[in-house]
Amino acid sequence: MKRSINLWNSLDKTSVILFLLLVIMGWFNIYAAVYNEEHTRIFDLSQRYGKQFIWILAAIVTGIFALIIDNRFYFFFAWFIYGFLMLLLALVLVFGTEINGAKSWFEFSWFSLQPSEFAKFGTALALAGYLNTRRHDLTRWKVIIPASAIILFPALLTALQPDMGSTIVFIALFLVLFREGMSPYVFVSGMLAIILFFLTLLVNNFYLSIALVVLALLLIWFATRRWKIALGGGIIITIITAIFYLINHYVIQSIDNEIILLTAVLLSGLLVSWYIYVKKAIAVFVIFLFLLGSLVFVNSVDYGFNHVLPDHQRDRINILLGIKSDPHGTGYNVNQSIISIGSGGLTGKGYLQGTQTKFKFVPKQSSDFIFCTIGEEWGFLGSFVVIGSYLFLLLRLIFLAERQRSVFSRVYGYGVVSILFIHVFINIGMAIGIVPVIGIPLPFFSYGGSSLWGFTLLLFVFLRLDASRNEYLV
Amino acid sequence: MKDPFINRKYIVMALVITGFLALIIRLFVIQIVKDTYRLSADNNVLRYVTQYPARGLIYDRNGKLIVSNQAAYDIMVIPSQTSVIDTAEFCALLDITKDIFRKQMRTAINYSRRAPSVFLKQISDANYARFQEKMFLYPGFYVQPRTLRKYSRPVAAHILGYVSEVDEGLIKKNPYYKSGDYIGKSGIEEAYESELRGQKGVKIFMVDVFSRIKGSYADGSMDTVAVQGEDIISSINIDLQEYGELLMKNKRGSIVAIEPSSGEVLSLVSAPDYDPGLLVGRIRSENFARLQSDTALQPLFNRALMASYPPGSTFKPVNGLIGLQEGVITEDTKFGCDQGYLFVGCHLHSSPLNLPQAVANSCNSYFCQTYRRVLENKKYGSVEEAYIHWKSYLNQFGFGSRLGTDFVNELAGFIPPASYYDRFHGKNRWKALTVISLAIGQGEIGTTPLQMANMTAAIANRGFYYTPHIVKAVGHEGKIDPKFTLKHTINIDTAHFESVILGMEGAVGGMAGATARVAAIKGIAVCGKTGTAQNPHGKDHSVFIAFAPKDDPKIAIAVYVENAGFGATYAAPVASLMIEKYLRDSISNKAMEQRILELNLEENIKEDETEHKPVE
Ligand SMILES: [Zn+2]
Repeated sequence: MKRSINLWNSLDKTSVILFLLLVIMGWFNIYAAVYNEEHTRIFDLSQRYGKQFIWILAAIVTGIFALIIDNRFYFFFAWFIYGFLMLLLALVLVFGTEINGAKSWFEFSWFSLQPSEFAKFGTALALAGYLNTRRHDLTRWKVIIPASAIILFPALLTALQPDMGSTIVFIALFLVLFREGMSPYVFVSGMLAIILFFLTLLVNNFYLSIALVVLALLLIWFATRRWKIALGGGIIITIITAIFYLINHYVIQSIDNEIILLTAVLLSGLLVSWYIYVKKAIAVFVIFLFLLGSLVFVNSVDYGFNHVLPDHQRDRINILLGIKSDPHGTGYNVNQSIISIGSGGLTGKGYLQGTQTKFKFVPKQSSDFIFCTIGEEWGFLGSFVVIGSYLFLLLRLIFLAERQRSVFSRVYGYGVVSILFIHVFINIGMAIGIVPVIGIPLPFFSYGGSSLWGFTLLLFVFLRLDASRNEYLV
Repeated sequence: MKDPFINRKYIVMALVITGFLALIIRLFVIQIVKDTYRLSADNNVLRYVTQYPARGLIYDRNGKLIVSNQAAYDIMVIPSQTSVIDTAEFCALLDITKDIFRKQMRTAINYSRRAPSVFLKQISDANYARFQEKMFLYPGFYVQPRTLRKYSRPVAAHILGYVSEVDEGLIKKNPYYKSGDYIGKSGIEEAYESELRGQKGVKIFMVDVFSRIKGSYADGSMDTVAVQGEDIISSINIDLQEYGELLMKNKRGSIVAIEPSSGEVLSLVSAPDYDPGLLVGRIRSENFARLQSDTALQPLFNRALMASYPPGSTFKPVNGLIGLQEGVITEDTKFGCDQGYLFVGCHLHSSPLNLPQAVANSCNSYFCQTYRRVLENKKYGSVEEAYIHWKSYLNQFGFGSRLGTDFVNELAGFIPPASYYDRFHGKNRWKALTVISLAIGQGEIGTTPLQMANMTAAIANRGFYYTPHIVKAVGHEGKIDPKFTLKHTINIDTAHFESVILGMEGAVGGMAGATARVAAIKGIAVCGKTGTAQNPHGKDHSVFIAFAPKDDPKIAIAVYVENAGFGATYAAPVASLMIEKYLRDSISNKAMEQRILELNLEENIKEDETEHKPVE
């Protein structure tokens, strides 16, 4: 009895209130998104809002359970939970049901489950367990590599489904490694590689290569503070590229432009190597290596995507990247979403008064595009409140993470922060057109049991750890 | 415990704040700064009008237009935008009864109150003109233009396929298609659907309460542009196709003609067929049901691709070639024939014969003895081993599996695997004589007319072929699937082909005992081989394969005339006429042409009890 009283006293009520606020706002917005004249009762179980009510009740029970369980349970069973959830991720590839082109659901007779939503929780836990025992010396590759493997394994499994959204969420966990001491160079180049990977698939590679060359020349200019060097390098590359282009055009006739550019950059590098050597221009050398690496990376990703991947996998990735998914032409979904949000204006059209979202012009309104309803019916003010609540919650969680005594709890807390942040940023960013369309739910808001329970578990386990932050785990 | 990286928490916070700030700034821009997205109170309804791109046109190999488009108009309804109207007047305007009106409204409401659905399909031009004028009286109703197919000649239905409305199942599977959209079914229309259909666009209009368009929403910046479908250049010669269909009138069977040097299908006839114009517009479903239920003629069944027959004597050239390559015979090897070999009979002809003579005379004994040597070859440990080797040659010719053409439905045919005979006779319990009928193309073997035409093309090329295809190019820049420019080489020496071709030339050109003189054309060296496909259900099928000219083959052809008996009687003249039509565009033997045109085999067909499953 005493223990539960202590628990209540040391529980972070601010986070719980924010959680409840978001869940309830989400429920009302799902009602608005699905609302039609035939079914007006918000508890109607045949409708999504009715079901969401049940999911919310179940989520609250899940949260209470997460709080009641002894905090050491999570520490000792971290690997077991991780292993079990990875097994589920592997099994869903075999036994899962394909929905919207991705095999990410287990379908049972009365409900379906998306293991990736729970795997996020498990991965944060395993990462915490690993870094706690290894004294988290993330400056050493011996620690970076296994830690990355813990993250990349579920990322790979979800990429195979293919569920690009979840893959990105797992990758966001590298933010935790950065906080715990991974070199910013490793972190930044890793993130750049990922951004470049997506750009390769989304943008014409030749233009991307040109952009990289220009970027490298600008970097050289800034690094050396002499524009003549950058200009000279640019001229050398241009001339060599032109010569190769003409040779290919008239003689060989089969080489891609990207490869010509790559070869030209390589040769230009050999040409200026004496300069680098004599002047000891380390910065130029590093930038050149960066450029060469990026070009090789872009070309190999492109090659792998277009020549190694089987057709149907490529189509799936294209669909999930939104390249082919627009039934009405490029950008239709996003356009519709922007129209609805934009039409909300400052104060919105009022609850249940949205016209755009009611016409079913926006796809997946109650799950991935739930933000449309918020934007249209509550306007800029409403959107601001929602984003503000998330920001408040995340900053609060960072604060909580930093006051932990154990590395385990702090790492786990940052895991929660990373996962929630990437979800909110991508989901809202996609609805307002600053991020490509990647199907990923808005935490606590979007319709769906799996994601709601997954997020609740994620958050409340952290609140449980935080509640006993003064006890020692071992 | 000291944490050297504690300051990184500020970087993480900064990242989170920057990310959310970016979201807020963007929201501020689209919700407050730009007023294009806001709608004033009196025109608060947007209408999304799908822009249907024109479907790609289809041309023949010489640029003659075969398939084009014609306009049609659907009346669409958005139930939630309709108001109480004078139903009687409305129905009179569109020539419909009140019952239809009520039924269509119910269907539309069941589909969706707020999304448009088709109220009335393909109204007449007159109704369209009248409705267009009065449309403003009926909010919630509008006209959606669509395109229907139009055929310049009533031919080539099996090649072209047809276009029909998408069904519910497909709409669920593929989000591109919406209720009322059209999709290609069978033939080129299906195989090249994604190229032909183009890409739909959407125009967004602001509409007032009277359903009147008030202008383009956000100055059209949110519209997407429809992309026109790509045109298809078919490889068929439409004149030859038309002529072939004419020759096959009142008969059952098929013609497949291929250009050997490219694998391009010049003509593909399956008789009986139908006028493709029957499957367009409002008459479509009724006509389709009628064609489908015609079990006697089965006009929807594409025999050229889907019917499998034993090839009969047209198979002898291939067995001769395998014998030569395996070294069990040479061009000069002679076999005697006393009107048969063991239990396989033969007709009366001079004896003994060498290989070219045996091809020209179609001697059964010669090929049985050759085949026996192939299977009893000491090189291989057993008959079974030799058989597997023989079968691998056939696979190289494209038998026993689908050729991989751009036809949607294509039968694989059947070359029995060795295990097939093991099952009947036991392992190592069967001998060359057990399967001797394969020597003359009879028995368990099944090939399609398309495969036979492809084999003929491979012989004409002296040992290679390109996968047959019906589309020469997609779009006017001449794109084509690279698999159609891939050369399939058969592992048999070119010289051996010359021996067999010599015999095929003799069969038509009048070597002693020639079986196909009827196919000869003055001035053109035609090489051919007759055949009879056994038909246990009725009169045998007449088969002929040929290519011409001998030295620079321009056309390879396989002709099947069902229930017509011996190959030389009907299939050979049809092939000969087709070759001359293609090479010269005129016919010298008018009497033969007349005889074929007047030939009516409907009586024989009725007696035949073969059942084919019609394929949609
Ligand atoms: Zn004989």
